[in-house]
Amino acid sequence: MTNEFSESLEKKLEETTKLGLEVVKEATEDRLMKLSVGPQHPGSGHFRFTIKVDGDYIVYCDPDPGYVHRGEEKMCEYRNFIQNIPHLERPVIHDSTNITYSYSLAVEELLGIEVPRRGQFIRAIASELNRQVYTLYWLAIYGIFLGHSTMFMWPAGDRELFIDLLTALTGARVTHAFNIPGGVRNDIPDGFKEKCLEYVNYFEKRLKEYENIFYNNPLFRQRTENVGILTKDDAINLGVTGSVLRASGVAYDVRKVEPYDVYNEIDFKVQYMKTCDSFARAYVPFLDMRESCHIIRQLLDKMPESGEVRMKLQSNPKGTPGESYKRVESGRGALSYYIVSDGSSRPYRVKISVGSFRNILALPHLLVGSRLGDMPCIYWALNYWPVEADR
Amino acid sequence: MIKDLINPTNFNLMVSKVSDVLVGALDKPLGYAINWGRIWSLWPVHLETACCSVEFGATSSPRYDCERFGIIEAFGSLRQCDLIVVQGTVTRKMAPRLRMVYDQMADPKYVIAMGACSITGGLYIDSYNVLPGIDGIIPVDVYVPGCPPRPETLIQGCMLLQEKIKRSKIK
Amino acid sequence: MYVIARENKKVENKMTDTNTNTESNTNNTNKSSNLKIVESDLKIENSLYSELSSQFPDKVQLVYTKPKRIKIYVKPENIIEVAFFLRSHFGLDHAESVCGTDYPNENVIEVIYHLNSYSREELSQIIFALSTKTDRNSSYLPSLLPVFKSVEYHERETYEMLGVYFKGHPRNERFLLPEDWADIPPLKKDFRIKGR
Ligand code: SF4
Repeated sequence: MTNEFSESLEKKLEETTKLGLEVVKEATEDRLMKLSVGPQHPGSGHFRFTIKVDGDYIVYCDPDPGYVHRGEEKMCEYRNFIQNIPHLERPVIHDSTNITYSYSLAVEELLGIEVPRRGQFIRAIASELNRQVYTLYWLAIYGIFLGHSTMFMWPAGDRELFIDLLTALTGARVTHAFNIPGGVRNDIPDGFKEKCLEYVNYFEKRLKEYENIFYNNPLFRQRTENVGILTKDDAINLGVTGSVLRASGVAYDVRKVEPYDVYNEIDFKVQYMKTCDSFARAYVPFLDMRESCHIIRQLLDKMPESGEVRMKLQSNPKGTPGESYKRVESGRGALSYYIVSDGSSRPYRVKISVGSFRNILALPHLLVGSRLGDMPCIYWALNYWPVEADR
Repeated sequence: MIKDLINPTNFNLMVSKVSDVLVGALDKPLGYAINWGRIWSLWPVHLETACCSVEFGATSSPRYDCERFGIIEAFGSLRQCDLIVVQGTVTRKMAPRLRMVYDQMADPKYVIAMGACSITGGLYIDSYNVLPGIDGIIPVDVYVPGCPPRPETLIQGCMLLQEKIKRSKIK
Repeated sequence: MYVIARENKKVENKMTDTNTNTESNTNNTNKSSNLKIVESDLKIENSLYSELSSQFPDKVQLVYTKPKRIKIYVKPENIIEVAFFLRSHFGLDHAESVCGTDYPNENVIEVIYHLNSYSREELSQIIFALSTKTDRNSSYLPSLLPVFKSVEYHERETYEMLGVYFKGHPRNERFLLPEDWADIPPLKKDFRIKGR
């Protein structure tokens, strides 16, 4: 009798727990709210992701890029090697020297030509200046993301200095088309060296002020420290790159591990941090800017006084059949081109492998489990530029 | 006829008629004042479509500072905005969203097409995913050419729009 | 398929320099002198391949070795096995890109995984291209998602752009293209742009 009773009791208990579980499940499903962030959103830019929130916590995230997918890779197959340059720099218009840098390297390998030494130095200078321009723009947007208007105005103003330098060098504000297979388009103008040194010295002083007003700001620190932890193993597994990777404690910089052009003659340190949080991801680009100043100074110092800046190509050059894979370190990490040539004057296949597209894989990983209010500082610290990721 | 209009079933009709008369009467003395208010408070909506947005950001930077001309920097809420600056390429995926944003905005609303891409398709005219210009989706007031337009050009475009508003009749 | 017959004129600094001291200045190479490739320059690449071929004697096939680049060809049924070996044994833990190329003349689609290492310093300069081929009309490949987490979006993009179906991938879906895309995948060679 007692046995029977206990059995029936157990059954009842089981049933009720089952029922209860179902009720709880339903309740959680009900409690979830689906939000669509972007593409019209002050933060997300040209990008959309759907999230589900339970109260204040994000439990699900699904990125949906492609709002600026313009078919660059298909267009490359219809233009010859030189005609491809202007449209290939559009994906990252404010880092345009770097995105054409690796394209030129890859095409040079296919054409079998080498850049004159002075041309290599000018390329590297333009690339470092452009990295500053990119990072300053990124920092300005990060500032306005977190409601720090001063941090929008300062970098946006200082960015114009480097834009001035690049305008003097290349003749255009942001779309330079400066790197071409075989070298750079033109030599540096008179008085560029002095002006460049002057601006870089001024900018180094400004960087200290940035640190004081932004990175040492207790409000900023509270919002970013220990938010969005991406451990070293996760960072390697997810295949993130650039500043995101270096903020997770992996000292990986293409300029160091696979030096291209003149970077093996430059003395610089790979900047990385081991705290793995959003603060580190925001701070590493800042450290990079500081390191870039050193690099620019060294490059100006070591540059040969005179010489050719570009190899003369025949018109409409034809590549040797084969393939090449070249990469550079851009503002957002390793940026590589894979080009297949079939012996004609047009590439057979161009694959642009960009840092942003790899970093976005970390977004669902970081957002799930964090609070809704942390979304902006996690998202923009990933160093993501949607136009580049969509290509 | 007035008796017919005062009939409660025709109330809506009457209101619209009266408002028409009122607008007609107000246009002369007050139209200038209303337009004056509009041109010095253009609020652009924060809708980025492609790479021209970098130069749009630079327009509100300290060097160019478009607020001097009565254009406030981009703003998040659609309902309070009266200007769309279409910043570059509109892809086939973005086009329905652009139209949706336009439809949700309150009258009066103005559109500036910024960059070669939003005017004709620009560099990407032969791409499979890009619209050849935005005229097919929304009516455009001012075209600002360039790839990307310099901030000064954009500011000039906005001033042209202000000129246009000044001369238009109030609605 | 590709025979790299051309002599590579440009030789980067020797591997050994960057291996030993990555943090400090490696200032002892002369860039302007055109060195010829000597056998020792491809030491790491060749040793990688010989180790791999001793493990999988008839499953892998060398396509080429260049300075810092190595490409092998693997049949689709062996690719997971080989990739797992590359990851666990060599420490190639990072798939930098997944690239599909369409060859209508040979009726194949070639898919290449460009692998690289974050954790092993001496391999971080090498790009290891793992290529495989599938039929053009019924393209099925096993997904490498269980081996490399980072290929998730790359494979999804390859599916959308070339129509290669990755078996085992949870979401073979549209990613970058518009929701109402009803044409053939755009990176196939028989997709023509209008007017070109
Ligand atoms: S006009 Fe030029 S800068 Fe503007 S969106 Fe088009 S390609 Fe980009």
